[in-house]
Amino acid sequence: MTDKIKKVSIIISKGGLEGVYPGLIMANGARMEGIEANLFFTFFGMDAITKKRMGKIKVATVGNPGMHMPSILGILPGFSAMATSMMKKTMDKIDIPPVPEFVEMIADAGGKFYACKATVDMFKLKKEDFCEQVDSIINVGKFYEIAAGGEIIFT
Amino acid sequence: MAQKQYGPATVEVDAEGYLADFSQWTREVAAAIAREEGIAELTPAHWKVVEYIQKDFKENGQVPSIRKLNKSGVISTKELYELFPGGPAKKAAKISGMKKPEGCV
Repeated sequence: MTDKIKKVSIIISKGGLEGVYPGLIMANGARMEGIEANLFFTFFGMDAITKKRMGKIKVATVGNPGMHMPSILGILPGFSAMATSMMKKTMDKIDIPPVPEFVEMIADAGGKFYACKATVDMFKLKKEDFCEQVDSIINVGKFYEIAAGGEIIFT
Repeated sequence: MAQKQYGPATVEVDAEGYLADFSQWTREVAAAIAREEGIAELTPAHWKVVEYIQKDFKENGQVPSIRKLNKSGVISTKELYELFPGGPAKKAAKISGMKKPEGCV
């Protein structure tokens, strides 16, 4: 048998439900297998850990070919909200929690949360703007230091 | 189907050592599985989790997720990870005599 993975550091760079969930699920799944998990949020992925936005993340209905419908429908008012609400209900049934609860669950499981310094500067954010689970704001160099010896996954 | 010695009993197991037949589960078997999973002794807190998992499976035909264990007030996620280090969902299910959980969360 090959060596087991001991540590993963997952970068979440994209916003929207479809951008944020894959990384969260992979991080949670890692902890469930006893794998150390670090999450590094950058660019629009950062919405998932900012107090103001984490509860309001929607699925992108425009420019998302995976929606299986003409993009023109996606621009209708309320369409993204409706698609999001449908998706959330389905996910809740299979026990995938809403983003704020998921962040809490992963933190309770021992996962570590970090915010990207460059994005924080760009969006003029402060430590207080993030949810309490965020350990610290770090630069790329520090991220590599934390990720050393493990796998890096970019989402 | 393979057989395996867990404590005082020889039981039917799958390839990963999960019980194939729940009727062969006993508290002694559970304790032996726990030791193999690195849990030296099952405390009352462990048993509370095991009993809930078995009860919920009986009612719903599914091993409850970590989220459900937390939401039902049985045990917080933090404590669950402390009680069953290195793989709480899998270890708790195995000790409870359940099949390996298949969900992603």
